[in-house]
Amino acid sequence: MSRLTLKTEGDVHVVVTRRFKASPEAVYRAHTEPVLIQKWLLGPDGWTMPVCISEARAGGRIRYEWTDGKGGSLLLTGEYVALEPFGRIVHVERFHMPDPTPDNMPNPTPDNHIETRFEADGEGTQMTMRMTLPDSATRAAMLATGMEDGMEASYARLDAMPA
Amino acid sequence: MHRLDAAFSALADPTRRAILARLSLGETTVMELARPFEMTQPAVSRHLKVLEEAGLIVRRIEGTKRPCSLAPTALNEIDQWLAMLRRALEANYDRLDEVLAEMEPSKEKDRK
Repeated sequence: MSRLTLKTEGDVHVVVTRRFKASPEAVYRAHTEPVLIQKWLLGPDGWTMPVCISEARAGGRIRYEWTDGKGGSLLLTGEYVALEPFGRIVHVERFHMPDPTPDNMPNPTPDNHIETRFEADGEGTQMTMRMTLPDSATRAAMLATGMEDGMEASYARLDAMPA
Repeated sequence: MHRLDAAFSALADPTRRAILARLSLGETTVMELARPFEMTQPAVSRHLKVLEEAGLIVRRIEGTKRPCSLAPTALNEIDQWLAMLRRALEANYDRLDEVLAEMEPSKEKDRK
């Protein structure tokens, strides 16, 4: 049973929805507080996030560093654009690939502009995450990156690639 | 996997992304493509060869011209990528469910 939906919208958007059995406040905090983010935003088993900077205010920095403990690493940087506790987060993010850059990917990846909404839904929360990429080809490349990350490192992309 | 790697590499080049964006509007000849990119026809042809080998475009023969268009299968490849990205997201969110289950009992205490 999957509660996740993932679809493209128009030429440049990717929309992800997911329901959680927790309040919007809890889900919002899990997306913005470093100690909580480090527990789940990890991608494949074996990866950890030793560095997590999340300055949850407009203009605040985002920096996630992942490692597999075997020399593999991945870096995401971004900035918060707007935050409305506990209902809405707008941020920009991009992935920085380790050297050597795989497959001539643009490095860092083009900015992914992401709006995440949390709405009370009965006892739980309905999340809608809408990513906006610069153009359709970048979106295709980001989805490809999300795939590679899913297999080797982490979570798009998102942011998509995404968070 | 080779084909997906090729598609991935082909998409990494900004000119080739622009060519694909142009082709999303409809079939185009090499000459029509070369004009807005201020490139020679041989240079455009080299990019088209990469896109064709990656399975992202198809070309047909019409007299001396070889008009190109987006490959119908390019969309299938994107669907595959979506499926892979979905699996990566599911792993994260299943983990988040556990984090939330641990958080909720202390919800009232933490409420501002």
